Amino acid sequence: MKKTLLAAAALAFTAGLAHAGDTVRMGTEGKYPPYNFINDKGQVDGFERELGDKLCAMESLTCTWTTNDWDSIIPNLLSGNYDTIMAGMSITDERKKTIDFTQAYYPPAFSAYLGKDAGANIKGVVAAQVGTIQADYVAKSGATLLEFPTMDDTIAAVKNGEADAVFADKDALKPFSKAEGGDFVWAGQEVQLGEGIGVGLRKSDTALKDKLNDGIGKMKADGSLNVLLKKWFGDETPTF
Amino acid sequence: MFLSCADPSALSGLNWLICYLTTDKQLMFYGSFLVVLLLLVVVAPVALAFGFGGALAARSGFWPLRMLGKTYTAMVRGIPDVIFFLFVPIALDQGLEYMRHKVLCPDWTAPIRQGNDFLVCPAAKLPPTDASPFYQESYGFVLAVIAFAIVFGAFAANVISGAMNAVPRAQLETAEAYGMTPGQVRRRVLIPQMWTYALPGLSNLWMILIKATPLLYMLGIEDIVYWARELGATKSKIYAYPHPDWRLWYFLGLLVFYLLLTRVSEVVLKRLSARLARGQATMAGEALRKVGA
Repeated sequence: MKKTLLAAAALAFTAGLAHAGDTVRMGTEGKYPPYNFINDKGQVDGFERELGDKLCAMESLTCTWTTNDWDSIIPNLLSGNYDTIMAGMSITDERKKTIDFTQAYYPPAFSAYLGKDAGANIKGVVAAQVGTIQADYVAKSGATLLEFPTMDDTIAAVKNGEADAVFADKDALKPFSKAEGGDFVWAGQEVQLGEGIGVGLRKSDTALKDKLNDGIGKMKADGSLNVLLKKWFGDETPTF
Repeated sequence: MFLSCADPSALSGLNWLICYLTTDKQLMFYGSFLVVLLLLVVVAPVALAFGFGGALAARSGFWPLRMLGKTYTAMVRGIPDVIFFLFVPIALDQGLEYMRHKVLCPDWTAPIRQGNDFLVCPAAKLPPTDASPFYQESYGFVLAVIAFAIVFGAFAANVISGAMNAVPRAQLETAEAYGMTPGQVRRRVLIPQMWTYALPGLSNLWMILIKATPLLYMLGIEDIVYWARELGATKSKIYAYPHPDWRLWYFLGLLVFYLLLTRVSEVVLKRLSARLARGQATMAGEALRKVGA
């Protein structure tokens, strides 16, 4: 009895809503240009936005975009707040334990060190964003890992001398390098980490996974994915 | 205002700044100040109601009600706020979805919890997947209001309960001697007189509430802290308005905003406390009487 009452209250609370269609909610972080960022109109923009919209159009899905903090991006996917993660998330064994990935839409990316000068001590204190494969790599490299919640904080740490270098995805670091008008220079060797970047999905969502895999496969086959990669990451970017 | 912002790269100096400060993204930042003010305006009365209910329940002669009131205040006061702010919205969201699922999809056979996944039928999703962004955000806002009200209501309950105990027993005794029922004593004497004792505690809570609003960011609501971080972060050439790390300036703006808000509150609360002290058998009331006489 009590349960029905509660349920009725819950219904009343949410009454008058249209029935949910098959809209797919795309989750992203919105702080990782050029993969995904919030443009000056306040909308999600970037490589993943364009790719995601294209995939949705190919597979006749209606898609909306939503942003979520990086720290809780996987838990909120699992509790159904959105249906996919397209946020520059590398496919790793660790993550595969909790979520599923489509095939990679971005090849294993180059990660690189950026410091105040080319001789920056990459075995010293290295800043990385928490929960990234780069952070794992730094921890295993013998350097002292200094973790920060956002990319900006890692850059700030190098700027104020807290860290000797920052280790992150090379494309995300590029705008801070001297070549592009930033203050820093590349240090050490660049490394290819992970199995590439894929769309993160709930393990139970196999239908959506098949559709997205199909779309990504088609775009790889006709070369349109490579065109998109070059558009956002420049001509030297790894392609399929 | 008549200058064109169509091509930001051609602009410089003041024109650039004017265009920059009026982009859609900046307007969303300004709008988020209203969200914070709205939260304060909505949470304060709701939390006060929770506090009132909690205090009355804790003083009730009916044993289960008294236990409920006491458990509520003890539990919320004993658990870190942050945990409540994280727990309440998730628990409410999943609880509502679960109940809607049971009612709307009786034929659904797949289990709701599959490993890590929490899966209800599409019709039971809250907010519905095709809802407008405004609806999605309002839903999150309502959950945040409930979380804030539960936490601050417990503190308010304790303050109000203490204030009720501070009303001189002689006042209540006199009312009883006039033949008033317990309900009448409470309504006519206890509650009107307790405000002067409750106000210092409640004004403290109000200040803490103002300063706790940045927790909205943690609940996934795009409040002023979110936008200040987002807008202040280094903007590379991929953005229409590139600029270096300006977070310091944005946070300075927030600092001024919060200082203004707490200053205005202080002035208003001071007046309110003087108003409530009038005719009271307290030191403040006595001082007012002497000035008037």
